[in-house]
Amino acid sequence: MVHGKSAHDGETTLALKLRVWRQSRGVPGHFEEHALAAVPTSASFLEMMDMLNEQLIRAGQDTFAFDHDCREGICGMCSMTINGMPHGPLPGVTTCQLHMRNFRDGETITVEPWRARAFPVIKDLAVNRSAFDKVIQAGGFITARVGSAPEANNTLIGKVVADEAMDAAECIGCGACVASCKNGSAMLFVGAKINHLNILPQGQPERDRRTLAMVKTMDEAGFGNCTNYGECQAHCPKSITLDVIAKLNRDYLRARVKEFFSSTGKPSKGGD
Amino acid sequence: MALSGLILAGFVLGHMSGNLLMFQGEGAINAYAQWLHEHAGLLWFSRSILIISVLAHIWTGILLSLENRAARAGGPATEATRQATIGSRTMPYSGMVILAFIVFHLLHFTFRAVALNGVDYGDNVYAMVVAGFSSKAVALFYMISLLLLCLHLSHGVSSVFQTLGLRNERWRGRLDVVALVYGWVIALGFISIPLAVLTGCLK
Repeated sequence: MVHGKSAHDGETTLALKLRVWRQSRGVPGHFEEHALAAVPTSASFLEMMDMLNEQLIRAGQDTFAFDHDCREGICGMCSMTINGMPHGPLPGVTTCQLHMRNFRDGETITVEPWRARAFPVIKDLAVNRSAFDKVIQAGGFITARVGSAPEANNTLIGKVVADEAMDAAECIGCGACVASCKNGSAMLFVGAKINHLNILPQGQPERDRRTLAMVKTMDEAGFGNCTNYGECQAHCPKSITLDVIAKLNRDYLRARVKEFFSSTGKPSKGGD
Repeated sequence: MALSGLILAGFVLGHMSGNLLMFQGEGAINAYAQWLHEHAGLLWFSRSILIISVLAHIWTGILLSLENRAARAGGPATEATRQATIGSRTMPYSGMVILAFIVFHLLHFTFRAVALNGVDYGDNVYAMVVAGFSSKAVALFYMISLLLLCLHLSHGVSSVFQTLGLRNERWRGRLDVVALVYGWVIALGFISIPLAVLTGCLK
């Protein structure tokens, strides 16, 4: 990528006004306004942010911190709220896969971090998403013997189940669901993770324990509750659907009922 | 929230159906009121379930709103909405107006303490209702509150299924339609009475 001028001859470039969030840990933040010229329409949003940072470095100013890693839409690191929309105006893509051709010349673009109590700002646009890691640690795994790889055809999985699990497993854990939710709820993320494991044969032994533990950890992390706005589904870069939340609710109800009526292994003291 | 809401949504259908007896004439509605009061056990059993549901609905609603507001931490400076319906976004507000309406409605027709000019209608429910809605302001407040109930139900009835895990993307659209139709049926059923009094169809 050539910065400052277009990589291709005659390519359209944009002059932008950027309102970018500036914040240090533990201090209230504010918006900073910057003008950025000659942004090629083929640049990704992150490349545009790189251009802005290079411009700031040349001017001897502090750059904006933002999370990014693979830049091909699968790692879940990018986390920018662009004009109020997590991952920007294009549905079904991450910020790194959003290109500047989706913006107009002269447009003012507001760039903010994920906004949620459970995701405190580390610096500028980078937020701490370790609340998600805690939810995964609580039950987002299966217990399996490690060592030599098992025979692949030992446990057969039907196509329907495999497809459904794969749909849920598409979740990259970016947190756009929390950022887009007007309640700061993580139900889409937790629903995706629970569904991914709960419907596969390998996930069965820990199914109820997993569901209860992950929901409990989610609540403790300070996420909000689901009130069925559907914003998460509309902003998810992997287009995970609300189905995973309905199934999370179903599995949670089932696990709670089973827990309530679980056997103590001893006769009751009442003795009838 | 969902279970108490389900009970309350069921109640309004029963209440609305009973009210439509107004159109069967003075005898029908008064006999229905008489019948309810003769079965005091049944009446108080239903009332106790209702009171518990209302309190549970309010309590969980307040808790939900406070927790969610705290979790959001202010939200982004530029808020964008892609999918959330007006009904879903106004649930606490429509709920609060409906609560105020319920309080007024109980004072009006159950305790008969307000807006009846101190007239004692005794067992003549029909006359009381006609007199109660002869005030334009009162009738208008009823109708506006019931339209907000329609808005509240249009989101709530569909959400019940999601909370109980009985919904998917195929059924979400259908259940949203069911909820909207249910809301309109309830609202228009109730509204028909003050409207009929105002237009002079019931007197």
